[in-house]
Amino acid sequence: MAELIFSDLSREFDGIPALKQINAQISSGEFVALLGPSGCGKTTLLRLTAGFDQPSSGTVQLGGRIVAGDGHFVPAEARGIGVVFQSYALWPHKTVFANVAYPLEVRHLARATVAARVTEALELTGLSTLRDRMPAQLSGGQRQRVALARCLVFDPAAVLLDEPLANLDLALRASMHEAFVMFHQRTAATMLYVTHDQSEALALADRVAVMKAGVIHQFATPEMLYREPVNCFVAGFVGDGAVVPVQQTGPRSDAGISVRVLGQDLICTRATDAPTHASIRPEAITLSGEAPLRGRVTACTYLGGRFRIILDAAGETLVAFSTQRAVFGENVGITLGRVWAFRDQDGQPS
Amino acid sequence: MDRLLPLILLPVTLIALGPVARLLVEGVGFGDGFTTNHVSTVLARPSTGTALRNSLVTAGVGTVLSILIGGAFAYLVAFTNVRAKGALVFCLMVPMMIPPQITALAWMQMAGPSSTLLKIVGLAPPLGSPQPLHSAGGIILLLGIQHASLVFLTLRAGLRMIPAELIEAARMSGAGPARVWMQTVLPLSLPALVAGGALAFVTALGNFGIPAMLGIPAGYLTMPTLIYQRLVSMGPSVLPEVAVLAMVIGGVAIAGVLLARLALRQRGFGLVGLSGSTLALGLGRARAGVEAGLWAFIFVILALPLLALLATSLIPAYGVPLTFGTATLEAWHEVLVSQPVTRRAYGNSLMLAGGAAGILLLICLPLAWVLKRRPSRITHLLDTLVDLPYALPGVVLAIACILTFLNLPFTDRTLYGTVWIILLAYLARFLVVMLRPVQAGIAQLDPAMEEAAASVGAPLGRRLRDIVLPLAAPSAAAGAILVFLTAVNELTVSALLWSSGTQTLGVVIYNLEDSGETVMASALALSIVMAVVALMVLVQIGARRFPKGVIPWQS
Repeated sequence: MAELIFSDLSREFDGIPALKQINAQISSGEFVALLGPSGCGKTTLLRLTAGFDQPSSGTVQLGGRIVAGDGHFVPAEARGIGVVFQSYALWPHKTVFANVAYPLEVRHLARATVAARVTEALELTGLSTLRDRMPAQLSGGQRQRVALARCLVFDPAAVLLDEPLANLDLALRASMHEAFVMFHQRTAATMLYVTHDQSEALALADRVAVMKAGVIHQFATPEMLYREPVNCFVAGFVGDGAVVPVQQTGPRSDAGISVRVLGQDLICTRATDAPTHASIRPEAITLSGEAPLRGRVTACTYLGGRFRIILDAAGETLVAFSTQRAVFGENVGITLGRVWAFRDQDGQPS
Repeated sequence: MDRLLPLILLPVTLIALGPVARLLVEGVGFGDGFTTNHVSTVLARPSTGTALRNSLVTAGVGTVLSILIGGAFAYLVAFTNVRAKGALVFCLMVPMMIPPQITALAWMQMAGPSSTLLKIVGLAPPLGSPQPLHSAGGIILLLGIQHASLVFLTLRAGLRMIPAELIEAARMSGAGPARVWMQTVLPLSLPALVAGGALAFVTALGNFGIPAMLGIPAGYLTMPTLIYQRLVSMGPSVLPEVAVLAMVIGGVAIAGVLLARLALRQRGFGLVGLSGSTLALGLGRARAGVEAGLWAFIFVILALPLLALLATSLIPAYGVPLTFGTATLEAWHEVLVSQPVTRRAYGNSLMLAGGAAGILLLICLPLAWVLKRRPSRITHLLDTLVDLPYALPGVVLAIACILTFLNLPFTDRTLYGTVWIILLAYLARFLVVMLRPVQAGIAQLDPAMEEAAASVGAPLGRRLRDIVLPLAAPSAAAGAILVFLTAVNELTVSALLWSSGTQTLGVVIYNLEDSGETVMASALALSIVMAVVALMVLVQIGARRFPKGVIPWQS
């Protein structure tokens, strides 16, 4: 349980910046996801936090102590941070029990204490019957649980997870979600979870930091990211929907701001003056026969319980949900509901 | 610990590169001020030119032979459906692990008027006719066979990089097997073929055992045997001169190594696709014939010479025909039990090989870790240069070691004539034999294994002991066995460094044959071959426990 603070944190590799002046504060016990496409710097940030790598400039603070930067460097083994690796990194020459016991052996705990705590960790992760197996004899999900137990056993101040579900199939992911939540409740550790899968990030995290090209674009709760993205990248990367250009047509009031979008005059909710784009989520679109804004159906896929319909309207591509199947080429009326407008001068939706 | 570990680079550099550096300064007259006198005297002497030409001819033509044999085996094993590939490859590798002087001895027992084997079948040429192998042709033949496996291994590694889809695409386009080989396989594998050829050339150039056994009796000297003869007959006073000779042959060898590296680096075809899948072009009805040919060839180069060696080792005296009446194990008893010289040689060689393997094991684990996990410009340079003592001809390293340890720096003591100079030379020469497998083992360790140990609180020392050591142990064991195998038979280095009491097995076999004790030499040689093959089989049995790329005869 420790607070994690990044201040002006930068990392360059051979002169090429991988992280640019990251500033972020993660409260003690918080579950934070780092979300972004590959190469965005999220793994670099995780490795700096773990102590596997040193920052080019800026600092990392853990529990009020500078652990990297500013002339200090606490090596990984002295930080008390647990890491769950994408490859699990179980030691192939040790049994499940020995893998989980190793963190305690390194701490020179009495043998009885080690046995008791390992047994407890294995029970919590549902591995009690597998304690004498070698890692090679385990399935992917079981290996993941061993990696979790190995972190759980030494009560780390923070736990870093590097794409832990990337190598598992869909069915296993759901059960691992539960394991992570159990783990978080049990340890109350600060958790930093790296992923490129937005549904994972939105489902698990208290807050999500959306990264691209070494910069955190938005750091907010999942619902905030979905409802009020700050720019075109976040709007396009998180959640479904469309990003379209808008023009301000009138002054702003308490209700919102008057804009012209897709040839329609509308009042948008907004964060800033002079918005340039709007994020239209599927829930904001109602399809009807008569509405003046017309769209042509270009695709229709069944999602179970509803249809996802892609529409071509006023030169833009929109996404809508409908309970009824639409036919390719069909002309439908579109009514816009709640639309979020933001300012992003050089933005292109991702 | 993290600060201390890189310090291991210092002794390694001194041991591996010190002698070679010392040799370089000797040539330009170290101690007497800069001079080119030695260089000009030695180079002007006609014997130098003759020996250099002989070396280039035997190594060059021998290499062509190696390419033909190794290439044929590699293409057939990699791309056709011949059966029992594993056994074929193992048998082709045995000549590489049998020391060259034993190969020469065995072949000599197969040809010539005194061949016990030929006498049994009544084919021996009349007494007084010359031994046909005592000639340039004999040297070329044996060099070609001895180093065919080097071409084979390099080429097969290259062939494995060729995706099977490329071959299948060529066949789909309508090309028959011959066209596929000419227009797809050969061009794509040419860099590997060139690299393998260069490797065989460099090794043949440095070979001492074969030209010593076959060339010296015929007065046909190559560079290594010229150096040996001058040093043995004149003593350390000719050191500055032989140093120049050593540098000449060393220069040619390094040029060969650079050519091999260049060829491998320029393989840049950017092969895309799934590689490593085994492809089996059907040979159809020709298969049985091809297989018979391959096995007949193995029989001739491997079984026949060893049978000849066995036959000779069983007769009471050289020249006596082998019959049920004359067969005796006397020579075996003599070399293994009675003779103090051979027993001491066994002891020396086992001690030297075991000591070298053990010391290198201790050095190479931390060294390989530093090279991999703490890379810097210095480690890259060292990584390249440690090849030098192994790639250089053995006589060159031996001369370098004599120069370095004749007068120990800062003392008036000498290591020349002691067993320690041989041990130091072995450490320098076989460092890379140990280092490469350990490096291969550590390279295959996911860095996350060590990071995981760090994140749960294990400091570097414990990570090395608990994680790296157990996981790299199989490759380290394979490396140690390789060092032992190579060192226990070694002749080239010890031929120049031995003195009374410090003979190695290689030296004793050579001396026995040289003084006419061919029967005892054969018995001793065969006992060594049996030990070598037993060790190889042992490694082969454990092959699945070793990481890929550790065992030289597997890839």
